[in-house]
Amino acid sequence: MTARSLCAPFAEGLRAGEIRYQACRACNAPQTLARYACRACGAADLEWRAARGTGRVYAVTTVARAPSDEYRALAPYTLAIVELDEGPRLMGHAAPGARIGDRVRAGFFWFGERQLLRFAAEE
Amino acid sequence: MRQAFVAGAGNTSFGRHEGRGALDLMAEAAQQALEDAELARADIDGVLCGYATTLPHLMLSTLFCERFSLAPAYAHSVQLGGATGGAMLMLARELVRSGRCSNVLVVAGENRATGQTRDNSIQTLAQVGDADFEVPNGASVPAYYALLASRYMHETGLTEADLAEFAVLMRANAARHPQAHLREPIRREDVLASKTICAPLKLLDCCPISDGAMALVVSASPRGDARVAIAGAGQAHRHQHLTAIADTTNYGAKDSAQRAFAEARLQPADIDYLAIYDSFTITLAILIEELGFAARGRSAERVRAGEFSPDGPLPLNTHGGLLSFGHSGVAGGMGHAVEAFRQLAGRAGSRQIASRRKAFVHADGGVLSSHVSLVLTREGEGPG
Repeated sequence: MTARSLCAPFAEGLRAGEIRYQACRACNAPQTLARYACRACGAADLEWRAARGTGRVYAVTTVARAPSDEYRALAPYTLAIVELDEGPRLMGHAAPGARIGDRVRAGFFWFGERQLLRFAAEE
Repeated sequence: MRQAFVAGAGNTSFGRHEGRGALDLMAEAAQQALEDAELARADIDGVLCGYATTLPHLMLSTLFCERFSLAPAYAHSVQLGGATGGAMLMLARELVRSGRCSNVLVVAGENRATGQTRDNSIQTLAQVGDADFEVPNGASVPAYYALLASRYMHETGLTEADLAEFAVLMRANAARHPQAHLREPIRREDVLASKTICAPLKLLDCCPISDGAMALVVSASPRGDARVAIAGAGQAHRHQHLTAIADTTNYGAKDSAQRAFAEARLQPADIDYLAIYDSFTITLAILIEELGFAARGRSAERVRAGEFSPDGPLPLNTHGGLLSFGHSGVAGGMGHAVEAFRQLAGRAGSRQIASRRKAFVHADGGVLSSHVSLVLTREGEGPG
């Protein structure tokens, strides 16, 4: 059996319409991005958990100049970093006009071969 | 331990060098640095070079050495994004202080503007983002810095008009340097009216993509009348990716600077020249504030008061910085140190400012990810 890459559970989660994040089995600290060891206590004992998909906008931009033809079709688009209620931060697309501090809920959209996140105001 | 001195500097002009490759540009800057240091090729026993996105070679340092006819006892390249130049100078200092080398050539350059398409360059750089969590969203380096800016401005009250002040100052400085990429004067209104790249960053908040090269020689003894020592150095690496930034009051610059100041036995208040990395206006504002050269959210007030101008108390990037002298990758990030050396050594020609003794140099790589700080001091009497 081929080994899975560190980030595979996150990518597989997106395809399944679920946000997955790592948390430390030793101290319970949530992790932003993917790691081999806990950023808080250093334990090399992390597990993947499912997030509810709700959080608060931490940072936001509107991209007018897309980096390539692939993304130019989307421009202008809003990108945000959202702090999930479980603690990790995550980058995704966001509804136009999203502001720092807004409560948001994650949605998903297909872009090429990938499913990406789009955060919108929480109902 | 021995001291390490900056013995000489060289550079090409920045802008477009149609038809010239990375090695061509590096050779021009290196030749000039050797002449400035009054050293022969045989005197160079260490070579450090950066990387070139247009020439991704496994052994760029020794490729350069063969073409440039050097046979050093120590050589390799260094990769630390925009902080590469600072890291090379720090390492060159260690090599000299330890006695491993006597004269280390530090060189970088590339044809980043004419050697590839703009999209290629932007995509190569975007890969400093996280390949699974960030890049697939259509993010780019301007997008990372725009996100960073949105949060920092939210917390500190810094405004787009504040950021524009830095663009205007860098352009005014570049206008005095005949080799700068962008020399046409701009006003604050021009910056604010320039087209949005990634809000809140507009075109004139972003550095250009340039061709060019820079070189410095670090030696065990000063050369000629230039007695400029590297008195302290420090680094800090607290995150790689924007999303993982934990503390907006210490991206790492503060830690890096404290290490450099401690080693130099100096304080920020002793500094009389600033050489600060400025990939975007927000980069410059954040670094100046985190380094303690302005209160949080208040750096633009010091620009408006003329305090960072060439005739002010704390001149900043008198060559025009990345924002206007230009950004040619590793060489762009070396430009600040090259100019600091020239100002301290009295070799800045028509840009020469009043006598300066202590310069603080700071570079960052990635998204405020890797930090390198250097303290340069002019020893002895030296030029007026």
